[in-house]
Amino acid sequence: MAVVLLPRSLVALFPGTPRRLETSGSTVREVIADLDARVPGMWDRLCESGPAIRTHLNVFVAGERASLDTPVPGDATIHVIPAVSGG
Amino acid sequence: MGQRSVLLVGTRKGAFVLESNAKRARWSVRGPLCEGWPIHAMTIDPASGTVLAAGGSGWYGPAVWRSDDLGKTWTHSSAGLSYGDGGPKIETVWGIARSNGTVYAGVEPAGLFRSDDGGATWRHVEGLTNHPTRADWQPGGGGLCLHSIVPHPTDSRRVWVAISSVGTFETRDGGESWETRNRGVRAGFLPPDGQYPEFGQCVHKLVLADGGERLFQQNHSGVFRSTNGGRQWQDITAGLPSSFGFPMVAHPRRPDTIWTIPLNGAESGRFMPDGQAAVWRSNDAGDSWERHAQGLPQENAYQTVLRDAMAVDPRDPVGVYFGTTGGELYGSSDEGQSWREIAAHLPAIWAVEAAVVD
Repeated sequence: MAVVLLPRSLVALFPGTPRRLETSGSTVREVIADLDARVPGMWDRLCESGPAIRTHLNVFVAGERASLDTPVPGDATIHVIPAVSGG
Repeated sequence: MGQRSVLLVGTRKGAFVLESNAKRARWSVRGPLCEGWPIHAMTIDPASGTVLAAGGSGWYGPAVWRSDDLGKTWTHSSAGLSYGDGGPKIETVWGIARSNGTVYAGVEPAGLFRSDDGGATWRHVEGLTNHPTRADWQPGGGGLCLHSIVPHPTDSRRVWVAISSVGTFETRDGGESWETRNRGVRAGFLPPDGQYPEFGQCVHKLVLADGGERLFQQNHSGVFRSTNGGRQWQDITAGLPSSFGFPMVAHPRRPDTIWTIPLNGAESGRFMPDGQAAVWRSNDAGDSWERHAQGLPQENAYQTVLRDAMAVDPRDPVGVYFGTTGGELYGSSDEGQSWREIAAHLPAIWAVEAAVVD
């Protein structure tokens, strides 16, 4: 199963959620849907209208920047990382 | 009336909850809450103590936060807070209001949402978005935000909303249809022969005085009063040092008493005139104004107070409060006659709400 690594600022919004989760899904879209089924509300935090990954979040699959349609190999590591910002 | 005085403070970097007693002399401060999210508006149900905080994260999008224990623990939701996958992205939540079991949220880009389950799920009030003027709404410098939501105190079908650089609207059928309410409001930033359009006025804050038909607004181009639910407005700026400002509050029991904080001008820095902090009060519905500055800084006070950063509590005498973008919070326990600093060094204050709870 793929492994998703979530940022501290995201899991803080869902008390009790671990930063490392094993997930199912063959695309990023399916992985996020799986996360939302287990942690209701997660989809809205990660995705905006379109739908698309939120503008200031970056998702990497096996080290490569991904979109919702990016395939997820079964042994992939997925990083969700907030974009850098000032202030 | 309850013993605990509560102030809710929304800032650029989280919410804060302040508590005091009936004297309102000393305040405890808790925060930052809501994980440091920018919070534009807050409201509390005095009966239940439920707090709602509206805002949005640059990373994680818009949400309404809810606490049932005065800010100790929180949940958040934006379920349904969307124009749909084909619609524009909602940046943040600017306004929040409660009315007869319904919660309303105003968002950017401008639109209204309602929740009938305490903020757990939201539904788009499409009637406003479908207004025939919608295609011609233009954002101003502050964006296209629906910030003021004013439910009628007894008729749940009636709600007024105000949108920056668009103006005021009213529904009388629970949100199905809306009418503009801008007649008599000046748009001083338009050419001289077109300063009274049907819409396009830049209302900064809309408030209802006790009773249900008397409205006041601080506008980009002056302060205005309506005695007929917004169907006609009258300019009541005369006597104030500036036509420009953001906040406005009304006395909870005396509809002739209002407060505002004029700033020096839209294109002049938007701070307290001459660097001297002051709150202006009218006791005759805006026919005349008096300046109150006792206890406020009178030198180098180049402070800005934004649209939701002023509030009144229901005590007698009424407490009045305001916060600045420099993170100072001031309070008066004598209806604005004299002031004291309640807190300093907070993040930029965007919202202040006052209440009394058991």
